Amino acid sequence: MASKKTPEINGGSMADISFLMLIFFLMVSTMDPETGLSRRLPPMPPEDAQVEDLKVNRRNMLDVKINSRNGVMAGGTVILSDAQLEEIVIEFLTNPADRSDLPSKTMKTIEGFGEYPVSDGVISLQNDRQSSYSKYVEIQNVLVRAINKVRNDFAVAHFGETYEELNAEQQEIVGEAIPNRISEAEPLDVTNK
Amino acid sequence: MAKFLKKGDKGTPGINTASLPDIVFMILMFFMVSTSMRQTDRMVNVKLPEATEVIRLERKDLACYIFIGTPSIQYQKEFGTDSRIQLNDSFRNTSDIRDFIAAEREALNEVDREFMTVSLKIDENTRMGIVTDVKQELRRCSALKIMYAARKTVTH
Repeated sequence: MASKKTPEINGGSMADISFLMLIFFLMVSTMDPETGLSRRLPPMPPEDAQVEDLKVNRRNMLDVKINSRNGVMAGGTVILSDAQLEEIVIEFLTNPADRSDLPSKTMKTIEGFGEYPVSDGVISLQNDRQSSYSKYVEIQNVLVRAINKVRNDFAVAHFGETYEELNAEQQEIVGEAIPNRISEAEPLDVTNK
Repeated sequence: MAKFLKKGDKGTPGINTASLPDIVFMILMFFMVSTSMRQTDRMVNVKLPEATEVIRLERKDLACYIFIGTPSIQYQKEFGTDSRIQLNDSFRNTSDIRDFIAAEREALNEVDREFMTVSLKIDENTRMGIVTDVKQELRRCSALKIMYAARKTVTH
């Protein structure tokens, strides 16, 4: 029986075909970096609920306001640089000298760590309708950076490693000891006040 | 002289292109893995603001996107240059966000619905007024997990 060998398939056009596919994927895909600042909005109060005056002690609130000309004010002082705001926020969150005009602390038992005086401070961010979004994100970023710094200090002091190097459980402990309390306040017209 | 002529007859040898498909496939694979499919045509100009403390969006499949910015040049005749909201493939108002969120939520698994993240891709020159309106609307339809999309920069 005369066996005929199967003819080889010509692979010369393979390169062309794959180039075609490559071009197609280049066209339809994006390389957008999916990064950003994650936030959690407060739930909407029910319509019929009365506007209740939240009993947050004055000392436990840090008002950060952005006005229509992108000027920033925090706790009554005009902020001129990001570093200045960061300093104010860090002092507000840690209250190292236990001053009476800075947030109080509550002893809280953290699982796997023990008792730690957790700050009651809440940072409230308010903006005007005319403020620019870039300024708003910049301020948000500074607030997050300040919190991350405090967390890092805590991690180094108690675990001997930076926050990034800790494992998930330890990070959770740090997160509980220094909570991320940035409140996206009800919209207000800052300029009219 | 004859010696040289002989050599010239040989010509340059052809480059072996047998590995070319492999190389191109490799590039193709790289692009398929590292990029994501473009879901909508961008109709607004969005230049994301910069931030240093950004985190990566964990589950891209659970994200839905709201774009806010000035309309692209070909839409400016019709829609002006004021900041507009883009949902899916059209310009919308804040009142349409409720339906949009409901539809996006419907498309997800029941287990995943509470983890849905709304990624706000907002141009850095946008005024906060429209952003606040969108945020209020999102609160109203209890899509509370949001993300302000931002580009990562190193500390300046």
